[in-house]
Amino acid sequence: MADEPLVLGIETSCDETGVGIVRGTTLLADAVASSVDTHARFGGVVPEIASRAHLEAMVPTIERALKEAGVTGRDLDGISVTAGPGLAGALLVGVSAAKAYAYALNKPLYGVNHLASHICVDQLEHGPLPEPTMALLVSGGHSSLLLAPDITNDVRPLGATIDDAAGEAFDKIARVLHLGFPGGPVIDRLAKEGDPKAIAFPRGLSGSRDPAYDFSFSGLKTSVARWIEAKRAAGEEVPVRDVAASFQEAVVDVLTRKAVRACKDEGVDHLMIGGGVAANSRLRALAQERCERAGIRLRVPRPGLCTDNGAMVAALGAEMVARNRPASDLELSADSSLPVTEPHVPGAHGHPHTHDHVHEISKDNLYS
Amino acid sequence: MLLLAVDTATPAVTVALHDGTRVVAESGQVDARRHGELLLPAVDRVLAEAGVKLDAVTDLAVGVGPGPYTGLRVGLVTAATFGSVLSVPVHGLCTLDALAYAAGQAGLAGPFAVATDARRKEVYWARYEDPRTRTGEPAVDRPADIAEQLAGLPVVGAGAVLYPEAFPDARGPEHVAAGALAALAAERLAAGADMLPPQPLYLRRPDAQVPKNYKVVTPK
Ligand SMILES: [Zn+2]
Repeated sequence: MADEPLVLGIETSCDETGVGIVRGTTLLADAVASSVDTHARFGGVVPEIASRAHLEAMVPTIERALKEAGVTGRDLDGISVTAGPGLAGALLVGVSAAKAYAYALNKPLYGVNHLASHICVDQLEHGPLPEPTMALLVSGGHSSLLLAPDITNDVRPLGATIDDAAGEAFDKIARVLHLGFPGGPVIDRLAKEGDPKAIAFPRGLSGSRDPAYDFSFSGLKTSVARWIEAKRAAGEEVPVRDVAASFQEAVVDVLTRKAVRACKDEGVDHLMIGGGVAANSRLRALAQERCERAGIRLRVPRPGLCTDNGAMVAALGAEMVARNRPASDLELSADSSLPVTEPHVPGAHGHPHTHDHVHEISKDNLYS
Repeated sequence: MLLLAVDTATPAVTVALHDGTRVVAESGQVDARRHGELLLPAVDRVLAEAGVKLDAVTDLAVGVGPGPYTGLRVGLVTAATFGSVLSVPVHGLCTLDALAYAAGQAGLAGPFAVATDARRKEVYWARYEDPRTRTGEPAVDRPADIAEQLAGLPVVGAGAVLYPEAFPDARGPEHVAAGALAALAAERLAAGADMLPPQPLYLRRPDAQVPKNYKVVTPK
């Protein structure tokens, strides 16, 4: 529909420079420039390298997205940007670009939450989110179980990892197995040829007295590393495929079990899974199986929309516009630890202004 | 000509508008940790003071550093984005050159040096024959390591003021002002001089360390 909001979204919270354009819940463009290859030899994302790459890629990626969508900046109804959480220096590049872009085009600016964006992206794939939506977000940076009655202003954390993120565990085990970085795709591939029941690795925080919705992958990681080292010490060959399969099974078993349990406990009949680890084929298969058994409808976007991208930020921005949420102001900060309970960062207008640095923004350049 | 200049390579967040003859409006705030928050409101204030809108701007000038990276990028990405939307050229200038030019406006003739704070007990610095002429490329060094070669010279900027043992003849201004950057850019453009590409002068390789828990987003 032509009257749905046309929004450009910018994402720079980690190592992907993403710019997406959506009209309502329709994806028009999803341009991504990644610096992942540059980080590979360090075994993880190096913040300063990511920030430098964002600066180089920012404007070209915006221009590419506009071209891909066949629209111009003037056509837009709003600009949204990841305000946090994420790497501070990386976020700042995207936030600064978004502000300049919104100001130059005289369009409203929406600073939005990265995690809420990961959930909202599913609207581009499966249509409007059910309310409430239960979401399991799993990536190299996050592992959270979230209940979202309204993705634009009410997102509640039910549980999260108490140590490593799920994707981090994949990276660490890949490193122990000398499989390179990032670890997720290669472990997924090798696991397909291995036996997930070969080795009984521990399921973290799964006891009856453990927190129902929190996760822990640190113990699992240590246990897998010890098992591998013991094999090596004994001069035996490490059955890489079986280790990968058994490790992966331990991760996705806990993730899906807790997510399905949360749905049942909260009486929610949909489960959304997002984040880079949602691209894992075993996670998708096991979640499908368990959701079916529990009568829950599973919604997982295609892998390209699960990893960090600009489309997800645009999707949430479009929802902010559609629901008339207040825009952010030009002082919007990049907030590396923006809480998930804040899906967006509205400006000070209409709220008590607590800052000590009140600026007079000229009326002429103020967007309405 | 209407030139908008920004610089975020020093603790100053500074914006100026130049009409080819003079600086018509200027803003400077010193807050090393809030470049991102302060820059756009400052642009807005400067334009409002001059009574023009952004789309009247015909040229952009931006300080490319050297300077601490996080803040430096704010000015560069802002200028690049404006340039893309407005389809106007974005001219890069060495931030130290703008400080040298400002020192000249304040009466310093040269030769002298300029030094800004590079943190980690180092300074970004360069030598100048006169306020318009830099001799050599900007560098980053420990003050004690360059004290000898700059002995007897006035040294302009916060990098000099911070290390009086190394730079006994420290002079102001401490931070760059976009008015000076804009005036220098206008002068160079009028003379048909080459400008720098709007790309950062980092002078250091990135710290290639993956921090533990590099993305802490656990909701609590
Ligand atoms: Zn993410």
